[in-house]
Amino acid sequence: MPYDWNFTIVLRYLPQLLEGGLHTIILSAAAIALAAPIGVVMGVIRQQRVPILAPIAVAYIDFFRTSVALVLICWCYFALPVLIGVTLSTFTAVTIAIGLQASAYLAELVRAGLQSISVGQWEAARALGMGTRLRLQYIILPQAARRMIPVFFLLVIEVFKTSTLAGFVTYPEIVYEAYRVATDIYRPIETFTIVGAICFVFLFSLGRIALYLERRYAVVER
Amino acid sequence: MTEVLRLENLAKSYGQAQVLKDINLTVRKGETVCVIGASGSGKSTLLRCVNFLGYPTGGRIFLEGKLVGREVIDRSGRTEMRYREAELCAVRAHVGMVFQQFNLFPHMTAEENVMIGPVKIRGLSKAEAKARAAEHLQRVGILEKAGAYPGQLSGGQQQRVAIARALAMEPSIMLFDEATSALDPELVGEVLLAMRKLAQEGTTMLVVTHELGFAYNVAHRVIFLHEGTIHEEGTPEEVLVNPKKPRTQDFLRGVTTFRMPEPRIAPA
Ligand SMILES: Nc1ncnc2c1ncn2[C@@H]1O[C@H](COP(=O)(O)OP(=O)(O)O)[C@@H](O)[C@H]1O
Ligand SMILES: [Mg+2]
Repeated sequence: MPYDWNFTIVLRYLPQLLEGGLHTIILSAAAIALAAPIGVVMGVIRQQRVPILAPIAVAYIDFFRTSVALVLICWCYFALPVLIGVTLSTFTAVTIAIGLQASAYLAELVRAGLQSISVGQWEAARALGMGTRLRLQYIILPQAARRMIPVFFLLVIEVFKTSTLAGFVTYPEIVYEAYRVATDIYRPIETFTIVGAICFVFLFSLGRIALYLERRYAVVER
Repeated sequence: MTEVLRLENLAKSYGQAQVLKDINLTVRKGETVCVIGASGSGKSTLLRCVNFLGYPTGGRIFLEGKLVGREVIDRSGRTEMRYREAELCAVRAHVGMVFQQFNLFPHMTAEENVMIGPVKIRGLSKAEAKARAAEHLQRVGILEKAGAYPGQLSGGQQQRVAIARALAMEPSIMLFDEATSALDPELVGEVLLAMRKLAQEGTTMLVVTHELGFAYNVAHRVIFLHEGTIHEEGTPEEVLVNPKKPRTQDFLRGVTTFRMPEPRIAPA
């Protein structure tokens, strides 16, 4: 029996799906905003082998890299409020869970980025009289960041995808909204096709931006 | 003349391997001292000790007459040097270093490479640093490339920018570690000419080089380093033309095996 496709009915729910998409984007952005500073600091600590702090960073990175995202989300939503005695909104809980996990990946990315900068760069900066902070800030991190652009955007895309797990704790992200629409109108195939298209357009554009930035900030090496 | 750099019994070892032994050397203001020697004789190690990219394991270093670091007497009664990183940063800021591999910052233009030290270390304003960068890029004849990125420059141009970057810190002494060894042969001359100009302008320089012609024509003194010690030392005439020690003679024989008459062309 051929399936009777009907997209018109789904399109009436498009605003609701787009709003879900917006929530997903906001959530991803918040998670990245949380992950960025933590990831950079952890990555630097690990690469510089800062005494005492480096083993802590290693443990932190290993823990979050090997955790299941959905478990982290549930844990932050259900267990964390009990432990610290405050209620967290679903948004906050999920941002923490996904942000911390992303920070661990970012830390590894930063470490690899720093590692990829030649010893000569560190030494030239040192020979000018720069201390560790100046060297990192003006010489090493800017170069590492340029090399990190492509993988960083892969991470952003991963965060975006992971954030669709937030529906599990009722945060109204795009897949959560899609599920509601689909059950309302009994049109799951069309609904999720549309959602897939929305996600594709967004992530594809993001990829293009990444490509542009990569070229724009490419350093000519010889 | 006032001394700029003095090394007293300088020593450096990596674990068991003693790379520098009992180096005594004074460089005076305006002097150019060339260091020659075989690969592995410790030339780079010597320069790296002077600006503390590597830490000496013995002896003392005086910069502008001031002892770098603090002497302490350990339990067994031996004197040892203690260095504070902040002090060493200040020392490095007063010692210019030019590397074999240039090591320009590839994400900055030539001008920005030269400006970063004066701005971040010396606290100059952007405008002051820009003027100073122009001055020093001009000195090494590469001002017209101020806006270019290192990747767009030839090796010789990059090395001259690197020299300007070190000069812009207005250091007490300039160190050159085989500044022309990584260059294509036809680009060596422009860098050596820039270096000679600096020497003639009275820049204090300690130059590790395999360019014996440069050493002969520019250096006030030449030092032959052999297995981590100063084996022979004197005027270019004494060390390069009339070497007394057999090791120096062997070295010079090795690097001048084949000779030819001077090309009949106008010199640069
Ligand atoms: N980091 C290091 N660890 C161990 N040995 C080293 C290190 N750096 C240099 N050496 C040794 O020190 C000696 C002198 O090296 P170097 O100063 O680079 O010589 P040159 O510049 O005269 O060629 C060499 O035998 C080299 O193997
Ligand atoms: Mg060397």
